[in-house]
Amino acid sequence: MPMSNHPANHPGHTDIKTIADLQAVLATIPYATMIGTEVRDDGGEPLFVLPYRESNIGNVLLPALHGGVIGGFLENTAICHLMWAHEASVLPKVVDFSIDYLRSGRPQDVYASCEIVRQGKRIANVLLMAWQDDRAKPIAAARAHFLLA
Amino acid sequence: MLKAQKVLMMTETSKHDLKPVLAPAFFAQVMQWFEALPHCKQLGIRYVSSSAGVVTLELPFSEAIIGNPETRVLHGGVVTTLIDTASGSAIYTLLPGPEGVATLDLRIDYLRPAKPDEPVFCTAECYRMTEHIAFTRATAYQDDINKPVAYAVGTFARTSAGKEG
Repeated sequence: MPMSNHPANHPGHTDIKTIADLQAVLATIPYATMIGTEVRDDGGEPLFVLPYRESNIGNVLLPALHGGVIGGFLENTAICHLMWAHEASVLPKVVDFSIDYLRSGRPQDVYASCEIVRQGKRIANVLLMAWQDDRAKPIAAARAHFLLA
Repeated sequence: MLKAQKVLMMTETSKHDLKPVLAPAFFAQVMQWFEALPHCKQLGIRYVSSSAGVVTLELPFSEAIIGNPETRVLHGGVVTTLIDTASGSAIYTLLPGPEGVATLDLRIDYLRPAKPDEPVFCTAECYRMTEHIAFTRATAYQDDINKPVAYAVGTFARTSAGKEG
């Protein structure tokens, strides 16, 4: 891909074709980089991963990841998934976000998936799930609305 | 700050308004503990003020919390973290001593973009506490609490000290 078309050079207006393009978009988002959000290729579909790092801890007694970090990671997941699904060519804007914390986030990697529930002209409704070693035991579930343009 | 908090009190008819926190020495310890948590420390979240049921925290600006590299607007996730921390803190103003609280849910409306290069404040209130559950509401704002960046409601589970989860 010619350098000029690389997503990293056009963070605001990006045509996502590959998982690598998505990773390049994530790399342009300072907050995503700070908490460490990554995307991996899971049989051609993006799988979002938040590798464990000590600076994401929000409870040192349990210990547990900060709930806000899990929320922020799920928000990154939604933004990237909407761009992957070509529902947005610019970064979608979060309108509202409702998260249920189902289990405490242990100090290990977190995975996330996003389902687009309803897609309107300007607004998308998404369902997000976060889990650690067992997908059947989610640590958080969220629903959110995003403005696409 | 103080003026901004008074505005919140008037608009939210708090029954706790401006009474001191229940256990000041314990609460001061809790806030020190919160500020020292790895993620709060990384963000630089700091305590501003408190009264019974109400806490205000400040999130300083840093380049690392930007969510959109073109507009430099802050990421929603960092506002989520500020709101979660402030809402949890508000519960401790009403507690006599150590116990755990765990966020059950948070619902956040992002009312306007959080501008770069200035801090974000969050004033959170625990407006109802039962034996097992605490109910909170929170407003995140920058220069004017009447133009909030985000508004949130949350519920928290109270767990006895030492056996959280």
